[in-house]
This record gives sequence, structure tokens and C-alpha cells, in this order.
Amino acid sequence: MRLEIENLSRTYGTQRALDGLSLSLPDDIRCLALIGPSGGGKSTLLRHLGGLEVPEAGRIHINNDELPRDENALRAYRKRNGFLFQSYNLFPHLTALENITLPLIHVHAHTLDSARAIAMKQLDRFGLSSHAEKHPAQLSGGQQQRVALIRAIAANPGILFLDEPTAALDPEMTVEVLELIRELIRDGQEIVLCTHEMGFARAVADRIAFVAGGRIVECAAAAQIFENPKDETVRRFLSRVLEFR
Amino acid sequence: MSLALANGTRLGRSVAIALLVLAVLALACWQILASLRYSNWNWEGIWAQREMIFRGWLLTIGIAAAALVGTFLLGLLLAAGQQVREPVTRFVARAFVEVIRGTPLLTQLLLGYYIVASAFHINDKVIAGILLLVVFESAYMAEILRGGVASIERAQWDAAKALGLTRSQTWRLVILPQALRRVLPGIAGQSASLVKDSSLLSVIGVAEFAKQTELAVSNTSAPLEGFIPMAVGYLLLTLPLSWLARRWEHRMKTS
Repeated sequence: MRLEIENLSRTYGTQRALDGLSLSLPDDIRCLALIGPSGGGKSTLLRHLGGLEVPEAGRIHINNDELPRDENALRAYRKRNGFLFQSYNLFPHLTALENITLPLIHVHAHTLDSARAIAMKQLDRFGLSSHAEKHPAQLSGGQQQRVALIRAIAANPGILFLDEPTAALDPEMTVEVLELIRELIRDGQEIVLCTHEMGFARAVADRIAFVAGGRIVECAAAAQIFENPKDETVRRFLSRVLEFR
Repeated sequence: MSLALANGTRLGRSVAIALLVLAVLALACWQILASLRYSNWNWEGIWAQREMIFRGWLLTIGIAAAALVGTFLLGLLLAAGQQVREPVTRFVARAFVEVIRGTPLLTQLLLGYYIVASAFHINDKVIAGILLLVVFESAYMAEILRGGVASIERAQWDAAKALGLTRSQTWRLVILPQALRRVLPGIAGQSASLVKDSSLLSVIGVAEFAKQTELAVSNTSAPLEGFIPMAVGYLLLTLPLSWLARRWEHRMKTS
């Protein structure tokens, strides 16, 4: 994907979540990771990129197309992409299988049979088919996130947006979800994610953007950011979060 | 051994309490009857009127069933009306609920039947009664449903939006199925209220259970013989509903 963000702004009450944020990634990248302190604006940025929020000011171009502001066009945009939240992604009143088939049937106009076939194939691919008939409450947090990931990719999204997908999980479950994400990236899925998992970001992202104070502080290749950050805030942040690694 | 003994004493205590409660009740009943000098029981007189009373009981069931359907639909409309972005609709729905909940059912029945219904030429008492009951109960139903919808986490709206569902699909496929499950006990409880409230339709002359019992009592001058079966007749309808409410509540806690 190619990405061009100009002067993006967003305030919640008196809080400036995005403060004239700009970012230019003219080269085709496959995985962009947003890192930075909590409350720095990375989730808000991701929600804008995913078409869940309309910018107050500023513009976003993805692959040279400007993100629309009109709700119908935005819905069409969301339909073409995928989005995964930190937790509570699944609908608790439906089984894992029904969670995956619901958007296929009602948004992507599949028949019940073809939706089930797609869902079962994906569940099988990631070793979750024995959980197809279970409700979310009967699944572990890691299994829930993996089913939600499968739901997000079932309709072949152009870009998959992941908002701290493992922040609510314990270390073991974190690994099983990260493994799945890495597999998706290997298979060619384009991804933008926010994460606190620095090791993971470094391993999979070909670009890392450090977001703080509602702006991009630094954006560079993973090796560059982790080994030789130019900005002092980034250097201090990384040395603190990597202290016990 | 000591456990069995403990269970034994606990059972014994329960039996003792039950006997005590029964004794107090019996004493109270005897005292009331004695002070009323109620000696000329006239069960035959009431029994002769059984068909009329039974027809009233059936009409109460019919009215309650019809009103329940209407209450649910109008309640849903009022709950949704309070959620829309458009301010006039929101205000109207809110005002409706507040006015209805702020006035007694009796007032609404008298005003509604003698003034509003006659202005609209609704002469059938049963139809007018059902409509008025629906208006009253739906305001409470709307609050129950609104609470259920409000209890659904924001993340569910987000997840539906991210998947590309439209707003109406989100309501139909994601929010309502969850919200309704959560408010089922409340709906069952409200249904029991509706059954009891329907007795007030007697004031506008609907020939339902309470009205027919009243008639039978005045025909026979046998108040206790009429009103005691009346209480039992309503309990036969409301107890299953409260039992359902408890059951659903229990099931929700365990699932």
C-alpha cells in the first residue's frame, strides 16, 4: 500500500488526539506498525485509516484514492478492508462459525452454503475447526482473537487494520495470535497495526511510525528505528520499554 | 454423621417456621372472618354465575395477549425513537414516555376512552381498552428495552461497523438479539403487570374478569365468594409469568 496523510486533526472534548498529523509513504509497503506511548494518538490514527472515524480536518490518501467522508462510501471502504480491535470483537450470541458467516452473508452477499464453506476452510487452515460450534464465552481469549481475525480476513480484505490485537491477552495467547498474524503477512496480506509488542513490530513491519502527541515523531525502517532512532523521545521511549528484554 | 445431623436440624427448623407461618395466617383469616361475622356463605350463588365470570377471565386473557403484542411493538418503536440522531423524533419519543409514566392509568383510561376514543369514533370498548392499555404499558416497555440496548458494549457497535454492516443490520443482527435476551426477565415481569393492570378496564365498562366478578358479586351479595376466586384467577395468569422471569434470570446468570 502507498499512504499519504496530510494535516490530520481530531479533538475529543478538549483532548487533541491528532494534531495536524502528516505522513508520507510513497513506496509500496506491506506492513506498517504504529508504536508509541498510550494516549499518543496511534489508535485514533488507525481508526481514521480504517474508515471508522471521519477526520475533522486533513486528508488521507491510500493507494492514491482519497478516503471518503460520506457514510455510504465509507461503509463501502470498510467493507473492502478488515479491522480487529483489542477485545470484544466477536458477537457473543453467535457461534464462532456464525460470527464468520454473518458478514459474508449480509455484507458480501454470499449464500449460506458458500459462506459456511469459506468459514470452515479458514477455520481449518488455522486449526480452529473443532471450535466452530462454540460460542465466544466458551473460547479462550486467544482463540476468540484468532476467530475474530479469521472473520476479518474471510472476505479477502485489501488492508487489515489491527488495533493492539494482543493487548488484552496473556503471553502464551499473545504468541498464538502473533503467529497467525505473521502467517497472514507471509501470505501477502497488507497490514497496518498498532502494537506494544516491540519485538513483533520489529520482526514483521517494513516501516515503523512512532506516534506521540498526536503527530508522527519519526517514521523509518524497523532496523533504523530500533538501532539508531534520530529523535530523542523515541530513543527514550524505546530504551524504557526494552529495559527488561 | 455430624453433617447429616446438621442437615436434620436445618430441615427441622424450616418445618417449624412453615408451621408457624401457617398458624399465623390461619389465625388472621379466622380473626377477619369472625370480626366480619361472615357466616352466610353463598357459594351456590356465585357458582350459578360461573359462566359469566369465566367469560370475563377468557376476555382478560385475550386482552392481555393482544395488548402484549402491541406493547412490545410500540415499546420497541419508542425505545428506538429515543436513540435516533434526529432531535424532534427523539424529543417526541421521550416526551411520550414521560407523560405516560407520569400519569395514573385510571386517568388515561377515563380521558382516553371518554374523550379521545369517542373523538375518533372508536365505540368498541374492548378495542379502545386494548389500545389504551398498549399506550400505557409501552412506555414502561420502552424503558426496559432502552436499558437493554444501553447495556450492550460500545465495542459491539464498533465491530459491526468495521465489518461493513448498515445501521439497520447492526440493530437487527447484533444489538437487538443480545439486548432482548438480557431484558427477557423484565419483559416477563412487565407482562404480569399488564395482566393485573387490565383489571382497571372495568371502569370503562369492558366486560373482563374484574368487571364480571364485580357484577356477579352485586347480583349475589357474596363479596368474599367472588373476590377470593378473582384473586386466584389473576394469580393463575401472573404466577407462570413470574416463574418464567425467574427462570430466564437464572439462566442468564449461569450462561
